[in-house]
Amino acid sequence: MQRSMPLNGDDSAAYAMRQIDPDVVAAYPITPQTELMQNFAQFHADGDVRTELITVESEHSAMSACVGASAAGGRVMTATSSQGLALMWEILYIAASYRLPIAMNVINRALSGPINIHCDHSDSMGSRDTGWLQIYGENPQEAYDNTIQAVRIAEHMDLRLPVMCMQDGFITSHAVERVDMLEDEVVQEFVGEFEPQYPLLDLENPVTYGPLDLYDYFFEHKMQQIDAMSRAEKVVREIGKEYEKISGRSYQMLETFGMEDAETAVIVLSSTAGTTRSTVKDLREQGKKVGMVKIRCFRPFPTDELIDVLKGVKVVGTLDRSDGLGAYGAPLFNETRNTLYDEDEKPDVVDYVFGLGGRDIGKREITDVYSQLEKIASTGEVERRISYLGVRE
Amino acid sequence: MSEKPGWKHIPPAGLILEAGNAEDYKTGDWRTERPVIDREKCTNCLICWINCPDLSIIVENGEFKEFDLDHCKGCGICATVCPRKAIHMESER
Repeated sequence: MQRSMPLNGDDSAAYAMRQIDPDVVAAYPITPQTELMQNFAQFHADGDVRTELITVESEHSAMSACVGASAAGGRVMTATSSQGLALMWEILYIAASYRLPIAMNVINRALSGPINIHCDHSDSMGSRDTGWLQIYGENPQEAYDNTIQAVRIAEHMDLRLPVMCMQDGFITSHAVERVDMLEDEVVQEFVGEFEPQYPLLDLENPVTYGPLDLYDYFFEHKMQQIDAMSRAEKVVREIGKEYEKISGRSYQMLETFGMEDAETAVIVLSSTAGTTRSTVKDLREQGKKVGMVKIRCFRPFPTDELIDVLKGVKVVGTLDRSDGLGAYGAPLFNETRNTLYDEDEKPDVVDYVFGLGGRDIGKREITDVYSQLEKIASTGEVERRISYLGVRE
Repeated sequence: MSEKPGWKHIPPAGLILEAGNAEDYKTGDWRTERPVIDREKCTNCLICWINCPDLSIIVENGEFKEFDLDHCKGCGICATVCPRKAIHMESER
């Protein structure tokens, strides 16, 4: 039996954290994550969780405390946005390389400057190579579901890698939608008892975390991490299937809409997938063969599956909510084009950078993208490989 | 490098699963200067033993015995704190 409530993405993620009841949460407030932690702190104050809530003086300290608590042997969660994620930077690598299964919600927000509090993906895209898994959620429902799955994915014995779950700042975090929620007991049973590995608090078996690791072993330890990440896709799928059994909601590496016979397609992350899906519906009613691929898991990137779903597509447009200044195109474009490079028959890929600093995108802009893709498909000519949507000249 | 174990055969994440094995890591070759003691001047006050950050002053029956040159990094603290100036540093070259 699931309960439906009107919640925004911050609320739904906090609600999931309450049901998970982690051993330790260390966090620092930052817009637009604030409401998530405020809600969780309320649950804590009301005695709804047994969590040790550590209120720290910065995100650098928040992630450091998470690393300590996780190494000590606890189930650990946190949340942040933008500058907060940036301040966690060096500790993100440490959490991943020490193989600490921390689960974190990242409410996407632009990085300064100029200072901005609204959504783009420059914060999490900057951390895409830190060794964390990255799962992007479309709406408050997915924010809830991903938060619960993240714990299981991170703690899987084949992985032991930290996981961050993204949702779009304000667009998802502050917009109320219907969220179906599992019973507390069902979530508790799903996440199960945390099984620590090499906990510092196991006094019978003392271990050292973080010794000096030079040219004679560092590469081997990095290789172990690379190897674990190579198993991540399988784990994400497994946990997704298991979660479907208790929730009825299916979660994969990516989601497709209208791709069966699509000639042009848009690849997109997070809340813009909703706008794109609705655009695809409209265009399909007009007889256009258009489709959408929503990437749910950006790290690891679903390479093989993406190649598979793009078979037969003529032109693909990637919608990137961050730029790769100085790079040839933005992150989603790079991953997609690189993925397709070795294929004999592959679609043309063009990039549309949009929505920086929370600049709105609507069906009109996305319809325009599909017309451009259609034009490229019919003429075979790409006027501009990388364009910027909705910016004034 | 070939005699060292590969990534499939070592504990994860650079963890050290054995307590107290810092002793196995010989840091003596980091040294550029080694401590030398003048036993005539030494009164066995053991201030060097208290201050040595690498536990490299070996004491036996309450008296200075020798330097543990496998682990002494040559920091020179012993020479600095010795009230009798019984220890001085000499170049390893």
